[in-house]
Amino acid sequence: MNDVVDKNIQLENNNKQLFNICLRTSSLKNPGSIKTYQSIGGYEQIKRILKNNIDPQQLIDEIKISGLRGRGGAGFPTGVKWSFMPRDYDGTKYIVCNSDEGEPGTFKDRDIIRYNPHQLIEGMIIGAYIMNAQVGFNYIHGEIWEEYVSFEKAIEDARKAGFLGNNILGSGFDFELHAVHGYGAYICGEETALIESIEGKKGQPRYKPPFPATYGIYGKPTNVNNTETYASIPWIIEHGGQEFMNHGVPNSGGTKIFSVSGHVEKPGNYEIQLGMPFRQLLAEAGGVWKNRRLKAVIPGGPSTPVVPANIIMDATLDYDGLAQIGSSVGAGSMIVMDESTCMVQALRRLSYFFYEESCGQCTPCREGTGWVYRIVDRIFKGQATLADLDLLTDVSKKISGRTICALGDAAATPVLSFIKHFRSEFENFIKHGKSLN
Amino acid sequence: MNLKLKKLIDKELKKYPSDKKQSAVIAALAIMQNDRGWLSKEDISEVALYLDMPEIAVLEVATFYNMFDLKSVGKYKLSICTNISCMLRQADHIVNHLKEKLQIDFNEVTKDGKFCLKESECMGACGGAPLLTVNNQKMHENLNIDKVDQLLKELK
Repeated sequence: MNDVVDKNIQLENNNKQLFNICLRTSSLKNPGSIKTYQSIGGYEQIKRILKNNIDPQQLIDEIKISGLRGRGGAGFPTGVKWSFMPRDYDGTKYIVCNSDEGEPGTFKDRDIIRYNPHQLIEGMIIGAYIMNAQVGFNYIHGEIWEEYVSFEKAIEDARKAGFLGNNILGSGFDFELHAVHGYGAYICGEETALIESIEGKKGQPRYKPPFPATYGIYGKPTNVNNTETYASIPWIIEHGGQEFMNHGVPNSGGTKIFSVSGHVEKPGNYEIQLGMPFRQLLAEAGGVWKNRRLKAVIPGGPSTPVVPANIIMDATLDYDGLAQIGSSVGAGSMIVMDESTCMVQALRRLSYFFYEESCGQCTPCREGTGWVYRIVDRIFKGQATLADLDLLTDVSKKISGRTICALGDAAATPVLSFIKHFRSEFENFIKHGKSLN
Repeated sequence: MNLKLKKLIDKELKKYPSDKKQSAVIAALAIMQNDRGWLSKEDISEVALYLDMPEIAVLEVATFYNMFDLKSVGKYKLSICTNISCMLRQADHIVNHLKEKLQIDFNEVTKDGKFCLKESECMGACGGAPLLTVNNQKMHENLNIDKVDQLLKELK
């Protein structure tokens, strides 16, 4: 009882709102243009840094204070990651922006590229200055061709304005940035697969260690960060780390874009102050569509565990809040499912995705993802027995933790969480050979 | 490979060190495919020759990345996403309509060589589900039956 009361007080005291940092130009006219970005103070931070020759360590400290964590899903503290790059390395160093978003439900980087590309570019220039990198790449998901073309133009505009190239703004600092277009491989969102892809190979992840900070593109020190992470940097440098932190909650500093898709009235990107209650974001997205009831939510993309409605309804959206209910922020790719959703069908589609996208390098993932898909497909076709449920769990557990990269773990996550929370629905489907939904 | 294509590939090569031509292989294959509709064995060989790569290394890339086609896909390749966010917003209705209207299944080409239908994985635009792309480039979002019919009419 006390728990319930405490939770209500906590929700009432929560005054989190939508707040645009990465998407702050999105409501302006011609949001993606360099002119628009400069009209809100864009590129002023890199000017100030170069003019005053600000110590990179001071900037890293500011980013550490901000609490910014990798927005691609891993949630690793950005300031710490950047300090791994060897500063005194004598040779080319690379930084890479990972815009290869292809995990189902993920579509935030696309809007940053469409509506605020120059903030991303300025974030990368600042990153290059801090890590002393000379060359950067933005690796863009293959299926968003128009955004790739528009980003190429944004780079051109930044170069013409003197923010890219040799001797930027007369400072003696050189940085060149290029756009790279993927061509339809989810695995390339994994940072070492992405590096292989930039080298012109199949996107198969590398063993770690060595980590990219010591052995990345062409064996050179390389940093890889997500689009949203880089796009947050200019704002943090402008307003200070503490101000960014204050938008969120302890351990989850700042704002985060949640891409809401599926059964809501208004699917789309919502940049929230971390710590916002789930029910508030659901309301912002227009609520569950067609006046139906909520059944389940995948909070951060299929590599984060599904959560039933009654549990997520009282959760807050931040790293600790979602960890408390057994899930995770992931990339903020929130997939909402209403009461009509057949969980067997949903899991079948997700399992097919991981089977199709496994790079084939590690046996447990290559064979296991196919095995998992075939079992779920068997259930869906009414040809399974109850023993198949245990087999499904068993196979999934044997993929998890036994592969070079996290795709294996990601493939196991939906299986284990769907069966954990919706076991009776799976059992009923098997007994009756069809959905009872 | 004509001069126009070479120029486009050269532009991509400029992004990488001069001894790392292989880095441009995905871009070079995409440029070839845009020009020719799909990648033949001869196209693979030409790219290998131009980038000083073994043919097998180019073929590996062409077979690994889903957006490359090693068989004819007709004049218009319609790639429709059926992944979860699209599935929840009834992509299956669109798929069934297209299959019926074009009288083809996935991975088939219409008799007149005009359309090919591909089932696609997530395109990273789920806020606009259901959606499809035409020839890997133009994306059409928030599809319904009327929009699909209109699109088929416009693709001459």
